[in-house]
Amino acid sequence: MFTVQQYVKVSSLEEAYTLNQKKSSAVLGGGCWMKMGKRRIGTLIDLSGLGLDTIEETEDSFILGAMVTLRQMETDARLKTTFGSGFADMVRHIVGVQFRNCATLGGSLYSRFGFSDILTWLLALDCDVELAGAGIIPLAQYAATPYDRDVLARVIVHKTSRKAVYESFRNTETDIPVLTCAASSLNGDLRLVIGGRPMRALTVDGLALTKSMETIVEKAQSLPFGSNMRASAQYRRHLAGVLVKRAVLRLREVE
Amino acid sequence: MQITVTINGKKYTEDVAPDLVLLDFLRAHGCYSVKRGCETSNCGLCTVHLNGKPVLSCSVLAVRADGKSVTTLEGLQKEAEEFGGFLADEGGEQCGFCSPGFIMNVLAMVRELENPSEQEIQEYLAGNLCRCTGYQSQLRAIQKYLAWKQEGTK
Ligand SMILES: Cc1cc2nc3c(=O)[nH]c(=O)nc-3n(C[C@H](O)[C@H](O)[C@H](O)COP(=O)(O)OP(=O)(O)OC[C@H]3O[C@@H](n4cnc5c(N)ncnc54)[C@H](O)[C@@H]3O)c2cc1C
Repeated sequence: MFTVQQYVKVSSLEEAYTLNQKKSSAVLGGGCWMKMGKRRIGTLIDLSGLGLDTIEETEDSFILGAMVTLRQMETDARLKTTFGSGFADMVRHIVGVQFRNCATLGGSLYSRFGFSDILTWLLALDCDVELAGAGIIPLAQYAATPYDRDVLARVIVHKTSRKAVYESFRNTETDIPVLTCAASSLNGDLRLVIGGRPMRALTVDGLALTKSMETIVEKAQSLPFGSNMRASAQYRRHLAGVLVKRAVLRLREVE
Repeated sequence: MQITVTINGKKYTEDVAPDLVLLDFLRAHGCYSVKRGCETSNCGLCTVHLNGKPVLSCSVLAVRADGKSVTTLEGLQKEAEEFGGFLADEGGEQCGFCSPGFIMNVLAMVRELENPSEQEIQEYLAGNLCRCTGYQSQLRAIQKYLAWKQEGTK
């Protein structure tokens, strides 16, 4: 468990950003990941008074606050209507309902875990992130950025006619995934995102959804894969073929 | 830091350390049903309701409960006893260590889901680990409890 000297429930994003510039500071999401570490935190920055725990729908996008929980995304009827079951599929195997009522979107995206279901799914959509310091940047750019001291405020999911589906594989229920896979298509162009390689999710663009399954699978399997205690690189490469095939078949059905 | 938390209907205002977890705050107030299990957010033993939603009290800081209402098994004794009867009848508790967290999550599910299917029940309770039962007896207990509740509302 981490220790905290001072706790500040901030009243603005600017305040959060300023406080977070100190190396000993940390932003608190749900705290589920942080609690497993032993960090000695000087100032713990709580964003929970900023109203960032809502999912707002506008004409052309959804704006998800950093403090939105995984469970909120899972159960939001508007997200389901617009994006199908993807938001629910993304989180349904993550530990349990109680956990998903705690863990946040902000903590998940900031962490950019290699195994992240959340990052994998959102990269398949058309997303920007809003940071307190750097402003609005594409999620793909954020995903590739090294950890810094900025504060993630919101995620903007643009409404396009893109269709997307989500698949993942775990060795046992509620464990972290061995491999994650999202597939989406816009105007016939296919996007594949493969995470849990076990390195951070990578995106493959530039294939047509109508390309032969062999070509699509081959492309996915040409990504770099690695080994860890959950699976070997060889197994992950094989699994990538299986999940991509499932995802593309589902995508062709909804297109 | 000073917080005001309602535990099972009773209001407490107190100074707490910013790194105190809700679990320890609750146990310090006599809620011994709330147990520390894995401490890695995996087992569900420490489940309580925060403003009506099931959360893991080992992962939530006490300061986050400021201004909110917490319910533990001690606060839901009647419902817990009712469901506990079904659990006992089906052999759904053996050592009983996981029961408080499990019962709290079942009661949260009953409030949140209308007529849950077997798959929905399994998914809702995936975060409650039990090393004794193999889950089948618990599943039977839940299904019989749900049927009994439905009978009662007819
Ligand atoms: C037991 C366990 C199992 C898990 N299984 C899975 C899984 O199967 N799939 C999956 O995808 N994920 C999984 N996760 C990760 C989980 O979904 C969350 O991503 C993780 O807990 C972080 O979210 P949090 O809200 O708890 O963040 P915290 O623990 O509060 O924070 C994590 C990090 O993010 C920083 N941070 C938080 N919010 C912000 C912000 N707004 N701006 C800037 N920095 C911020 C914190 O300072 C910290 O460094 C698991 C986690 C645990 C503990």
